[in-house]
Amino acid sequence: MPDGAAPVLDVKGLKTVFRTRSGEVHAVNSVSFDLRPGELLGVVGESGSGKSVTMMSLIGLLPSPPAEVRRGQVLFDGIDLLSADDDTLRSIRGARIGFVFQDPMTSLNPVFTVGFQLMEPLRRHMGMSKARARARAAELLELVGIPDAASRLKDYPHQFSGGMRQRVMIAMALACDPEVLIADEPTTALDVTIQAQILELVKELRRKLGMAIIWITHDLGVIAGIADRVMVMYGGQVVEHAPVRELFENPQHPYTRALLETIPTVRGKRAPRLRVIEGQPPVLGAEPASCPFRPRCGHALDICARANPPRVPVGPAHDAACFWNPETGGPRDV
Amino acid sequence: MFDAGHARRPLVEVRGLKMHFPILAGVLRRRVGEVKAVDGVSFDILEGETLGLVGESGCGKSTCGRAILRLYDITEGAIRINGRDIARASHAELRKLRPTMQMVFQDPQASLNPRMTVAKIIAEPLDEHTTLSRREKMQRVHELMDAVGLSRDFANRFPHEFSGGQRQRIGIARALALNPQFIVCDEPIAALDVSIQAQVVNLLEDLQEQFGLTYLFISHDLSMVRHIADRVAVMYLGKVVELAPREPLYSAPLHPYTQALLSAVPEPDPSVRSTTERIILEGDVPSPANPPEGCNFSTRCPRVMDICRRQEPEFREVAAGHFVACHLCSPQPETTAGATAATQVSKSVQQGE
Repeated sequence: MPDGAAPVLDVKGLKTVFRTRSGEVHAVNSVSFDLRPGELLGVVGESGSGKSVTMMSLIGLLPSPPAEVRRGQVLFDGIDLLSADDDTLRSIRGARIGFVFQDPMTSLNPVFTVGFQLMEPLRRHMGMSKARARARAAELLELVGIPDAASRLKDYPHQFSGGMRQRVMIAMALACDPEVLIADEPTTALDVTIQAQILELVKELRRKLGMAIIWITHDLGVIAGIADRVMVMYGGQVVEHAPVRELFENPQHPYTRALLETIPTVRGKRAPRLRVIEGQPPVLGAEPASCPFRPRCGHALDICARANPPRVPVGPAHDAACFWNPETGGPRDV
Repeated sequence: MFDAGHARRPLVEVRGLKMHFPILAGVLRRRVGEVKAVDGVSFDILEGETLGLVGESGCGKSTCGRAILRLYDITEGAIRINGRDIARASHAELRKLRPTMQMVFQDPQASLNPRMTVAKIIAEPLDEHTTLSRREKMQRVHELMDAVGLSRDFANRFPHEFSGGQRQRIGIARALALNPQFIVCDEPIAALDVSIQAQVVNLLEDLQEQFGLTYLFISHDLSMVRHIADRVAVMYLGKVVELAPREPLYSAPLHPYTQALLSAVPEPDPSVRSTTERIILEGDVPSPANPPEGCNFSTRCPRVMDICRRQEPEFREVAAGHFVACHLCSPQPETTAGATAATQVSKSVQQGE
């Protein structure tokens, strides 16, 4: 992947707040990242870490109220998506930025045929005629490996299995040749053998179509297999960000380190006891004034209670938001 | 019978268990077919061990766990827990047996009554099955809360005030209330976050040691099962296809389905991604209402032979404690098998053994 290429997506200082009856929840706090052409950026984090909300905020998919994107800038091809009007957004969403969500059953409309749903974006965004859209829809289903594609256009979502439905979702996201594909836990609801099929498919589609992908997951195994770069999120912030090998070989943030030690594997050595991250992930009622991981951190220093660590470079293309230095065991020189 | 060399006795014996659900259709609700959710499953669970039961969604692993506790009226087969017949016990008899066998459910949100306090939830089995006084019950509830790592201060709170991991602790405390010997854990960590899963698994291990519990641990998470289980059974479409002690099952799986399943688990290490060869299975699991003829896995098996489509493989012991149902592992070709199948069989035996 070209390292110096201009990013297709550039996110700066994104902040999203939910207003609820019991007060505000600061779901995303000052998240910045970029996405380069043709690369796959993995986003890892537990539920509530803000990974999905970040991506939904980018393209204005969050219902407002209760959500409010309070600060930040999202540059896509020179356009700031956060200040863009609805028409501009609509012409980008689904056309130039595609989406795949976790649960294919709830994101497909059960009362329309798969063919109709596939043809809709083609007709709307690409202005295709019905016949051309139908031919393209069949092509797309074939592309994602659905056998007998042309005749399956007449089928309804319930006539497909879970893995097949997820393939339909991917086909739909690819319909208008997007430059960016955002996939939110696209394989979490699937069985491992089906997940393996989908992962192979995505790798192949990347080779063929060369789009940039943001892949959200909580499964570090999936990330290790497909990502070029990884962003680890915790408490609504990016706590670590590095190329995939660097992250797995040289994790710097205590959360990333603990996460990597917590997961058992099916191969290699079996630890007699699982390592545990004690405590619960935080619910942020206010903008964090200290490190959100501090209550669960085994290496917390005095300063962690007083300030929220900024992201600092810790290696080649590698940054972490932490005051602790794993090499010295003391505070990091910033 | 299954582990002859082992000193431990089997606590749970399951033989030829079948659980078929009727498919009803039309105004008269006529029976037009059946879903063979569990179709002839046999295994033992030894006292004090954890048997992992793995498989993909719809393979019948949860139904199997529920059937063993007689939460369903089973279609066929024998179940003995601690020497007592469960399969044909009447409801009155079952009620007396319930305290020894308990269950931890997948979704702690759905399995806890939102209108009951934690103390009430944990004490409910005590209300049903014991004659303890109120003070004794409260004392027992506090003991149980200590055992699962919940603060006693939370006794009067409601389930919605807890996180997923804490709710699962409540469910575990309730399962422990009557000092059971055997607990079926049905996907107990599937609904939890990665960092919380380890907490609950460690708790289950501690409790097993402390109270000498026997677990049937049902899960689709192969890496977690490798961590917690002593022996592992792999289910596919209503049948156990392979059963073995943990290490041989993970390091040298014999059944092509087990091999494919294990190879599909993504490895959390980017440096191995180029070196390991994935077995990608084609297609989907067939419907349990209409399983294929012969071997259930024959429609997706990468090493399928002629005989697999005609004859169901026998579930047999191929090494000490290692059971597998596959024609590739038969020492002698069946009389009906063709010459090509026979050569493949002998080849695979050399590879497998």
